[in-house]
Amino acid sequence: MAEIRAEMVANVWKVVAAEGDSVTDGDTLVILESMKMEIPVLAEGSGTLARLAVAEGDVIQEGDLIAVIE
Amino acid sequence: MPANSVFVNSALVNSVLVANRGEIARRVIRTARRLGVRAVAVYSQADAGLPFVAEADEAVLIGPPPAKDSYLNAEAILAAAKQTQVEAIHPGYGFLAENARFAEQVTDAGLIWVGPPPDAIEQMGDKIKARNLMAAAGVPVAEGSAEPVADEDAAVALADQIGYPVMIKAAAGGGGIGMSVAANEQQLRSGFATARSRAERFFASPAILLERYIARARHVEVQILGLADGRVIALGERDCSVQRRHQKVAEETPSPGVDQSLRERMLAAAVKAGQTVGYLGAGTVECLLDTETGEFVFLEMNTRLQVEHPVTEMVTGIDLVEQQLRVAAGGDVSFDPDAFLAEGCALELRVYAEDPVRFLPRPGTITQWQEPSGPGVRVDAGYAAGNTVTPHYDPLLAKLVVSAADRAGVLARAREAVTGFAVAGLTTNLPFHAELLESAEFCSGNYDTSLVGKLRT
Repeated sequence: MAEIRAEMVANVWKVVAAEGDSVTDGDTLVILESMKMEIPVLAEGSGTLARLAVAEGDVIQEGDLIAVIE
Repeated sequence: MPANSVFVNSALVNSVLVANRGEIARRVIRTARRLGVRAVAVYSQADAGLPFVAEADEAVLIGPPPAKDSYLNAEAILAAAKQTQVEAIHPGYGFLAENARFAEQVTDAGLIWVGPPPDAIEQMGDKIKARNLMAAAGVPVAEGSAEPVADEDAAVALADQIGYPVMIKAAAGGGGIGMSVAANEQQLRSGFATARSRAERFFASPAILLERYIARARHVEVQILGLADGRVIALGERDCSVQRRHQKVAEETPSPGVDQSLRERMLAAAVKAGQTVGYLGAGTVECLLDTETGEFVFLEMNTRLQVEHPVTEMVTGIDLVEQQLRVAAGGDVSFDPDAFLAEGCALELRVYAEDPVRFLPRPGTITQWQEPSGPGVRVDAGYAAGNTVTPHYDPLLAKLVVSAADRAGVLARAREAVTGFAVAGLTTNLPFHAELLESAEFCSGNYDTSLVGKLRT
């Protein structure tokens, strides 16, 4: 199981993947926006996207959970 | 080297509202106050504690942190101008600076717009129109779209004509957002779709253009100034080839890749570009210089004060904001436009709140802020110790600008200044600048826009 957490304060611009999707290492799950920059959040490892903890428009803090891959 | 000040017409605005934030608001306010011009700041709730708010003669809260509710909120800004009874509005760069509609609203409200006529903003704001206009005026442009690319298939057909690789760009774009390079049809098809959605989102216009991609290029731009009497002059070039994600991180003048004969041709083309749109005040004509052929093409024109304008100020001794405030009031500039000199070299390093390896933004609270100082060292900073850098705006913290008699002197001075710049509490890209200043390629002067990528592989 891999937990993917936010590296910085950001807004969730786009949610690309959905819970239950099978994902491979490097797939874009979510696109964040911070300081006028788009930051893709990528799958770290392959598996099933067991949990997606954010929704479009959310403001997330450094360390917040974004997704869980099993 | 102070510029001679002999005025026939010494008109100057008496008060100015700065519709911006951070380092550029502070920088405009500094010149206004030096000239005895009353300076009014506007700020969002996120910026109440920043130096530009404290240093203005008056400051007006215009809204909550998101830019659309504050620095992009034309009505709130115009209301603040009315409330503080200012004579003029200076837009800085970004936000509403290149919004022709806002410029019109400002003049319709009976205020002076410290910028070019709305028409000039409009004509240069659409990259396709600007390309066509420049080509018609005899300014060289890269092979590419004469009209918006209708769809993916049209893009593929055009790319076949131009030849790969091609550059995909948003016609209404800027700041490198939505730009990508496609090396083949497959990349073009996926890049086109992405560029469209970004263009729609960031610039509210889906128009896309293609241009021939110049593989080895320097980004060289010319500072121009449209005078109140209608003349347009050029104040030298800046080399902005040190870029990450198509965004500048360091700029220098003169360009190590431009000799005197090329300089004369580039400056003449930039003056021509300004004349073509009836330009007034400070503007920048950006060009790409193909390092293989030695030829340059028009890229775009920024119809406002440029982030990196201080390097030009350092070598000419001319305060560009002062000239903007004089020209906007119909007055003469503070120097002799027929006889001014650029002396020595200057380099600007953009200090960003971002990690120095992947260049990802790193907001945070500044616990220590110690700027370097000394001869030939200038720091234009937007923040001080105790300030919080929020995720709402771009990550520029400060611009470290150094000048010296020659490039070697600039590099030595810059190394010392970077070492002497102590910031704690958040991550900055200062270590990247230290690395840049040790890079053999950068130090040789013989570099192009691929430099940062090479330092990171």
